[in-house]
Amino acid sequence: MATLEIRDLHVSVEDKEILRGVDLTVKAGETHAIMGPNGSGKSTLAYAIAGHPKYTVTGGEVLLDGESVLEMSVDARARAGLFLAMQYPVEVPGVSVSNFLRTAVTAVRGEAPKLRDFAKEMRSAMAELQIDPAFAQRNLNEGFSGGEKKRHEILQMEMLKPKVAVLDETDSGLDIDALKVVSEGVNRFRSGDTGVLLITHYTRILRYVKPDFVHVFAAGRIVEQGGPELAELLETEGYEKFTKAGASA
Amino acid sequence: MGLETKPLSTLHEHASYDVDDFVVPTGREEEWRFTPLRRLRDLHKGAAGDGKVIVDVAAAPEVTVETVSRDDERIGRAYVPADRVSAQAYGSFAQATVVTVRKEVVATEPTVLTMRGEGGVAYGHTTVILEPFAQATVVLEHTGTAAYADNVEFVVGDGASLTVFSLQNWASDAVHLSHQHARLGRDARFKSFTVSLGGGVVRIAPSVAYDAPGGDAELYGIYFADGGQHLEHRLLVDHTQPNCRSRVDYRGALQDEDAHAVWIGDVIIRAEAEGTDTYELNRNLVLTDGTRVDSVPNLEILTGEVAGAGHASASGRLDDQHLFYLQARGIPYDTARRMVVRGFLGQLVEKIDVLDLQERVMAAIDEEIAR
Ligand SMILES: Nc1ncnc2c1ncn2[C@@H]1O[C@H](COP(=O)(O)OP(=O)(O)OP(=O)(O)O)[C@@H](O)[C@H]1O
Ligand SMILES: [Mg+2]
Repeated sequence: MATLEIRDLHVSVEDKEILRGVDLTVKAGETHAIMGPNGSGKSTLAYAIAGHPKYTVTGGEVLLDGESVLEMSVDARARAGLFLAMQYPVEVPGVSVSNFLRTAVTAVRGEAPKLRDFAKEMRSAMAELQIDPAFAQRNLNEGFSGGEKKRHEILQMEMLKPKVAVLDETDSGLDIDALKVVSEGVNRFRSGDTGVLLITHYTRILRYVKPDFVHVFAAGRIVEQGGPELAELLETEGYEKFTKAGASA
Repeated sequence: MGLETKPLSTLHEHASYDVDDFVVPTGREEEWRFTPLRRLRDLHKGAAGDGKVIVDVAAAPEVTVETVSRDDERIGRAYVPADRVSAQAYGSFAQATVVTVRKEVVATEPTVLTMRGEGGVAYGHTTVILEPFAQATVVLEHTGTAAYADNVEFVVGDGASLTVFSLQNWASDAVHLSHQHARLGRDARFKSFTVSLGGGVVRIAPSVAYDAPGGDAELYGIYFADGGQHLEHRLLVDHTQPNCRSRVDYRGALQDEDAHAVWIGDVIIRAEAEGTDTYELNRNLVLTDGTRVDSVPNLEILTGEVAGAGHASASGRLDDQHLFYLQARGIPYDTARRMVVRGFLGQLVEKIDVLDLQERVMAAIDEEIAR
């Protein structure tokens, strides 16, 4: 049973402290939603877990199944079972989607899938997410619309089958149909005894992907937690009272 | 032939068949300031041609390839040397290769000239003539070693279409200075790929002139400079005719101590060249410390009526965001780096429409990356 444990995590960007002690445990089979205002540090948390070189961990721990991931390289973390669906997926010129996916799948699974099996797997995963098969030949994220990029993030998650996935605002920029398609992808993924950390601004996606826990993020830490009802409260009352709590804490 | 002097452009005022019309460069001249003269084995100081570069020919069945003496009248008509080494080569070669594609003939396969250096100093000359409406692909592949200076003329007749590959696969001690000049007739198409991977000092100067409206030139270049390698490409596109088009896209990667890449992109749009459409681009990917890039685009517009004119030059490190994205999907650093470099150069390699050449160039790039 996979467990991601974040303990008293402090993270700085360019010598500015952004995360000020985050504690959070995500177990297999659980879906946690993190909600919070712009600039509160949600993406910083996501990037720090993934190991982005710009984010410096100044204190605390991140453990996957009891093992510290902070000493691991970015790619080793992914191979250990962590996945980050990025808020702003990166365009990589000259690298095709299919080449990228095959290389990633090979790295994560430890062996190259047979070309035919892989092609079939990719095609059916793309079909479920209603991605045009022609995208396989396109350059990674290059010229993709916002929604197309997000669907490709979910495609990668489904093919790489991580233990714990962090989804950073995967719902933003999606129209309602795309939101449903993406939510179905997330639900397929979490049916497989995996952990999900869903970062979002809006409760919209939480109607399709029901969280077990909701955490309110403000000024670099979790200031409130509860069940799905907390999301409803945020919807009606906004972040304001929590932001104040975070700032004064 | 041999005596007249005619200016090629405002940027290359001086042109002559006579080497004595050019002073011995000191390295302070604009056109020589990036070139390591000390490593030229005296090609710029009248070195005697004591060595050999052998030309092997594999011609398409529809194409004629001849070895001719220097007084053949077809030689030197399209091009007047624009610098001292070029004039030295012009005055020194013993035999020239002339490739002819007759009117309306379509060559069914590439014509390959392999220039194999066998050491020493050598001079050469190649003239490629496409008569009106002919179509052909010509590959100039340079291997072995030598200090080699040559001139190549491409005469592309009205409505003709020529694709040229110049592959510099020299051994690491070779020195190669080459002028490759194309003259385009009405509605002629010229596409060139310059791929410089091997050689100690390589300085290639592709240039294009238009004799009539409607000409279309695409000049692509791929280079990979390793430690100690000097790879220089000096382009000149001279728009003297209305409604012609040119595209220049040169991309290179550099790694290790004293890898040096130079790219000069001169484009002139003269007063009479209304409706010109031109864009030139140079991008360099710097893979390690200790390398040096000089990239100088220069667009001279002398008319108010252009269809499009632009240039861009950018040199930079591998993008951390690219690497992070690939690594975040489990791809190890070395593989991620290879994918990004391959992607960067591969976008030009993809444009090579001769399949086995495309594969060979990609494989050679892979080898460079792995070094
Ligand atoms: N690379 C960076 N360089 C400088 N400052 C940064 C960087 N990344 C984040 N920050 C700063 O850290 C703070 C938190 O940013 P972060 O992106 O984590 O917020 P967020 O909660 O994800 O916001 P949003 O809802 O807008 O996505 C912000 O003040 C931001 O400006
Ligand atoms: Mg964010």
